[in-house]
Amino acid sequence: MKNTLGVVLTGGKYQGLKDLSAIRSGSAVPVGGKYRAIDFVLSNMVNSGIKKVGVITQYSFRSLMDHLGSGKEWDLDRRYDGLFIFPPSLSDDDSGIYMGSADAMYKNLSFFKRSNEEYALLAQGNCVYKMLYKQMLEYHIEKNADITIAYREMDDYTPAELTRLGIISLDKDERIIDFQEKPLNPATLNGSIGIYILKRELLISLLQECAAHGNYDFVKDILIKKLPELKIYGYKFSGYWRNLSSVRMYYRCNMELLDPGVRQELFINNGKIYTKVKDETPAKYNAEAEVKNSIVADGCIIEGTVENSILFRGVIVGKGSVIRDSIIMQSTYIGENVNIQHAILDKNVVINNEKQFRGDSDWPVIIGKDAMV
Amino acid sequence: MARREIIAMILAGGQGSRLGVLTKKIAKPAVMYGGKYRIIDFTLSNCVNSGIETVGILTQYQPLKLNSHIGIGKPWDLDRMHGGVTILSPYIKDEKGEWYKGTANAIFQNIDYIDKLGPEYILILSGDHVYKMDYSKMLDFHKQNNAEATISVINVPIEEADRYGIMSIDDRGKIYKFEEKPKNPQSTLASMGVYIYTWEVLKNYLIKDNIDEQSEHDFGKNIIPNMLKDGRSLWAYEFSGYWKDVGTIQAYWESNMELVKRLPEFNLYEQTWKIYSFNPIMPPHYVDSKGSVNTSVVAEGCMIYGTVKNSVIFPGVVIEEGALIEDSIVMSKSRVGKGAYINHSIIGEGVCVGSNVRIGVGEPVPNEYKPGVYNSGITVVGDNACIPGNVVMGKNVMVDIGVGPEDFCSLDVPSGKSVFKGGDCE
Repeated sequence: MKNTLGVVLTGGKYQGLKDLSAIRSGSAVPVGGKYRAIDFVLSNMVNSGIKKVGVITQYSFRSLMDHLGSGKEWDLDRRYDGLFIFPPSLSDDDSGIYMGSADAMYKNLSFFKRSNEEYALLAQGNCVYKMLYKQMLEYHIEKNADITIAYREMDDYTPAELTRLGIISLDKDERIIDFQEKPLNPATLNGSIGIYILKRELLISLLQECAAHGNYDFVKDILIKKLPELKIYGYKFSGYWRNLSSVRMYYRCNMELLDPGVRQELFINNGKIYTKVKDETPAKYNAEAEVKNSIVADGCIIEGTVENSILFRGVIVGKGSVIRDSIIMQSTYIGENVNIQHAILDKNVVINNEKQFRGDSDWPVIIGKDAMV
Repeated sequence: MARREIIAMILAGGQGSRLGVLTKKIAKPAVMYGGKYRIIDFTLSNCVNSGIETVGILTQYQPLKLNSHIGIGKPWDLDRMHGGVTILSPYIKDEKGEWYKGTANAIFQNIDYIDKLGPEYILILSGDHVYKMDYSKMLDFHKQNNAEATISVINVPIEEADRYGIMSIDDRGKIYKFEEKPKNPQSTLASMGVYIYTWEVLKNYLIKDNIDEQSEHDFGKNIIPNMLKDGRSLWAYEFSGYWKDVGTIQAYWESNMELVKRLPEFNLYEQTWKIYSFNPIMPPHYVDSKGSVNTSVVAEGCMIYGTVKNSVIFPGVVIEEGALIEDSIVMSKSRVGKGAYINHSIIGEGVCVGSNVRIGVGEPVPNEYKPGVYNSGITVVGDNACIPGNVVMGKNVMVDIGVGPEDFCSLDVPSGKSVFKGGDCE
């Protein structure tokens, strides 16, 4: 897919993730013991053979920039092409702030103009899935489509969760006839997964037209408005896919990684998932450790009980402590005789001895970054 | 470009023949250690953590694995515009090709490399040892004493002193006597094979040594004694941390096993002195609800459905249901089948162990093929061997690299026996 330019949209304010995204972009949220959400889309692009990737970022992007660096871990530290990061520019009249996804791309139009790839593939930075985009591009060409949107049958989403997606209706030929953005009453179960393929030249002209009309959202102002006029097709993806747009979904996605089938699909089949390397020592289990159905990253030292949980790199679990159904992020320290259930502990949290926390599977407790309890 | 004050040269050409099948196809510095590392990672990380960014690595014996591990030095941030890592293999000169004939000769043959960089001091290291050391402190010591050579020393038990180069020093630390592997050691200060030399001084000795036909071209046997004879300023720098030459199967196994202790003497979890290595791209490891892990070290990518006790498990290992691993080392990407039992063994990389196999059971009879190597009760399975289901294997057994099910004459391999590739079945 050398002829395709990758664009990662790391999006607006993810208030749905509460404290987890208060200090970082939704795409930089830690997932699965050592990854950040954006690792999945970046690895998918690299595994698909895309050589040039632009990452458009707006809110709290420091941790995202720190994570991406020069793109070394994804082999995107290239002399030509490679990784480009586009934070908003500071201007006197604040016009540099991105008003929406289309506006963000329009403000970096020179990146698109200077490129010479035939196609552009736009994708979201906060979704967990494994996909080789090549088949989608082939489908796009075969359908002679103007725009192709990937969608998935969201039969494993609750009605409430469906209202946070873009819902599409298709005709027999898979042409999209309706697109509802975050509808109150979803017409179908077909949710857009936010991956779009179109010709780069077409993208440029659509962005210019959109800006000329004072609009700024790629979905609402371009896709939906152009449905009658352009041939916009749906491409069905039937693998695992989660968008980390709410605490509940974030928690659910992490817990689903305990399933061997999901892990096989995400981490083993169709290429690896790359992430920033931390050079931690392998995890150490002391005599009292009792770990069941859990994911444990390097650098952890475990002396307690851990069940149905995800431990990120460098987590320490003291003696007599019990952790169940929880997500414990990097370098968090848990003292002795602590009891934690249904909780999400952010990075560098310190939990002193004898403390107890208990959330609910639908409503996990969140302890914010650097908190000391 | 500023002249470098010090550069490091790592001698990584050793075979480490007492590690048996572990070093059959790879040099000792490339042997895996501690659940993730290769032995040379410690020396390389020490260099980088000490601020030394120009490192030459001298290879000779089976360098393939070592070369690919080091690559351009990326994991150590040695992929640099200036300096960085250079692999120095023996090469053909005007008339003839020549191997490195000894430690000193290896440096002699690379005088051009060193002179081009023009360092004031040179740090000579061995890639065979496991330790954490700040060489910059040793360099300070060298400069303070106006030394021409500084040798790092460690106190060893007197009964082991005859295995090392032993130094006698005055109360300021100046060396007045050096004996290589002495029968009657006069002191317990052993050379760690870590030297700092003032380059111009060493260079002259190397040139002289090269034309001396009696010489074995070895630092311990020739260069240091010659310098002492000439009354040069040689100093001993005392080191007091963990330092191990994991040169035998027993020492290698023990050193790995020390890492699983609650507070290992060799602490690899210090954030201030990290050990860098190539990082396999694998997800964090998973322990199943039927699995169990105690007093062990487990790396990324593993899937544990069985039981692991007192063991070191490298990246990407799969341990199936009902399997039990005890007091063992299992290297990268090996797979242990259902119901298998592994005790007191070292399992190489990419090994498959069939279901219900039992390894390391029975009486500790020394190995018949190499009794000097496999005699401490530890069974060693070479890389990429495949052990068919239901095999029962004793202690001190050696399984050759790449052995397949067809190479097993019977399902019973008693203690002290070996299994060879294309092996003869009587």
